[in-house]
Amino acid sequence: MSESSFGEYSEQVMEHFRNPRNVGVIKDASGTGHVGNPQCGDIMELYIKVENDTIVDAKFKTFGCGAAIATSSMVTELVKGKTIEETLKISNRAVAEALGGLPPIKMHCSLLAEQALKSAINDYLKKSGKPEIAVPKDDHHHK
Amino acid sequence: MKQVYLDHNATTPTDPEVVRAMAPYYTEIYGNASSVHMFGQKARRAVEAAREQVANFLGAKDSQEIVFTSGGTESDNLAIRGIAYALRSKGNHIITSSIEHHAVETTCKALEKEGFKVTYIPVDKEGIVDLEALKGAITDKTILISIMWANNEMGTIEPIEEIAKVAKGKGVLFHTDAVQAVGKIPVNVEKVGIDLLSLSAHKFYGPNGIGALYIRKGTKIQKQMFGGHHEKNRRAGTENVPGIIGLAKACELAGQRMNDYGKDMTELRDRLWEGIRKNVPHVKMSGHPKERVPNTVNVSFEYLEGESIILNLDMEGVAVSTGSACTSGSLEPSHVLTAMGIDAQTAQGSIRFSLGKDNTKEDIDYVVSVLPDIIKRLRGLSPLYKEQ
Ligand SMILES: Cc1ncc(COP(=O)(O)O)c(C=O)c1O
Ligand code: FES
Repeated sequence: MSESSFGEYSEQVMEHFRNPRNVGVIKDASGTGHVGNPQCGDIMELYIKVENDTIVDAKFKTFGCGAAIATSSMVTELVKGKTIEETLKISNRAVAEALGGLPPIKMHCSLLAEQALKSAINDYLKKSGKPEIAVPKDDHHHK
Repeated sequence: MKQVYLDHNATTPTDPEVVRAMAPYYTEIYGNASSVHMFGQKARRAVEAAREQVANFLGAKDSQEIVFTSGGTESDNLAIRGIAYALRSKGNHIITSSIEHHAVETTCKALEKEGFKVTYIPVDKEGIVDLEALKGAITDKTILISIMWANNEMGTIEPIEEIAKVAKGKGVLFHTDAVQAVGKIPVNVEKVGIDLLSLSAHKFYGPNGIGALYIRKGTKIQKQMFGGHHEKNRRAGTENVPGIIGLAKACELAGQRMNDYGKDMTELRDRLWEGIRKNVPHVKMSGHPKERVPNTVNVSFEYLEGESIILNLDMEGVAVSTGSACTSGSLEPSHVLTAMGIDAQTAQGSIRFSLGKDNTKEDIDYVVSVLPDIIKRLRGLSPLYKEQ
C-alpha cells in the first residue's frame, strides 16, 4: 500500500497546480496530442501551434491528479519558443526536474506529459508530410 | 484562515475528557497490569473496570468477552486469522464482502495464499451485500462470515441482523468489522447475535493505537501475537493501560451522546449535501440514501479527479478525503466504488465528507461556499468537460 503523496509535492508543483499556465484548447492547432487512460484516472490533451518549425503556442486540458496538472502546465511552458528538434529532447524527467521533482509514485504522471507532447508533435509532422517519431510506451505501474 | 475538518472517518480528535481520564495512567498509576505488587494491581483494577465498561457499551454479557488490541486492524487480523486457524480442521472456507476495509480484505487475501478459500460477496449499487448470494455461498466447509457493519467510504450500513441470522442458521461464526459503526449508531452484540466484533477507539474520540475485539464466550480462537499470557492468553503484550482507560471513557461518552449525535450529524450532513446539490452541477451521491451512518456523505463530482479537489479544498482549510485514508495515494479507483458498479471515472471524482460532533452549521456553510468555485475552476482544466 502506498502512502498518500501530496504532502510531498514540491513548492513548484503546488504553484503550477494552483496557477496552471496555458489552460485551454487551440482551435487551429498545428498538432494535437490526446493521451491517457481514463481507467487509471488520467487523460491529457495538448495543443501546439507551430510556425517556421518553432512552437509558438501550447495549451492543455488534463483530467488527473495534482502532479498530472502541474506537469501538463510545465510542459506547455517548456516547449514555447523551442524548435521541434529541441522539443523532442524534453523527457518526462526533464519536466519533473523543472518542477523540483515528483514523489516516486507520481513519476508516471510526468510520462503522460511527455507522451502528449510527442503525440502532438507527431500529429504536426504527419500533417506537414514529415516522418513521425516514436512515442514512449505507457509504463503506468498500478499497485 | 478558517479550518474545517470533515475527515472523521479517517480519525477523530481525542476528546479532552478522554485525555484527562488517561493522564494519571501515564504518570501516577503506571504499574504493569500483570505485576503482583500494588502498583500493578491498581493498574489491573482499572483495566478490568474499563473492560466491564466496554462490554456494557457493546451489550456483551461478560467482560471477559472483550480482548484489548492495538486497534481495528489488529482486531480484524485476530478475528479472521484466529478463527481460520482455530477451525482449520473443520473447514477452510471464509465468506466476506467485496467492500471491506483493507484490514479485512488483505487478511483474507493472505489466508488464500495459505490454502484457505475465500468468497467475496458482491454488493448492490448502494453498497448493500447480496443476502441471497451470501446464503448461496455457504458450504459445509464454511467456518466464518466476516462482513463489515458500516462501510468507511460510503457509510452504508449492512443488514447486520439478517446476516447474523443466516450465519446462526447455518452454524457458522459471524465476525463484523464495526470500526465505522461503533460510536455512530447503537451496537449491541447480544441483540444482533454477533460472535466477533472489531472496534477502534480513534474513530470515536478515543486515542489512537487502542481497540478491542469482542469474542463470544466459548468461541475458540488461535492467538496471533505470541508472548506472555495476557488477555486470557488471547493476545500477548503488556496492556496499554492509558489507552484502555481512554477507550472505556470514549465508550462512555459515545453512549451518552448517541441520540444527539445521530440527530445533529444527520442534520448537518443533509445540509451539506443539499448545499452541494443546489450549488454545484453534475454531482451524484453514492451509498445508501437511508441505511447510512449519520456523519458520512460520499459525493462524485463528475469530469473531475479526486486528488485535485482535495488539494484545492485543503488550500481553503477544508480537510476531506477520497475513500479510505490509506488508499488515497493509490492510483486506482476505490475498490468499494468499483464493487458498487460505479464507473471508473465517476469513482475517480468521488469525495468522502465525514462529519464530527464538533462541526457546526457555519463549518458546513463555509464548505458549501468555497466548493462551487473550486469545482468550476477544475472543470475548466478537464478535457472531459466539453459543454458550457
Ligand atoms: C472499517 C475499518 N476497519 C478497520 C480500520 C482500521 O482501524 P485502525 O486504524 O484502528 O487500525 C478502519 C480505519 O481505517 C476502518 O475504517
Ligand atoms: S495522473 Fe494518474 S495518478 Fe497522477
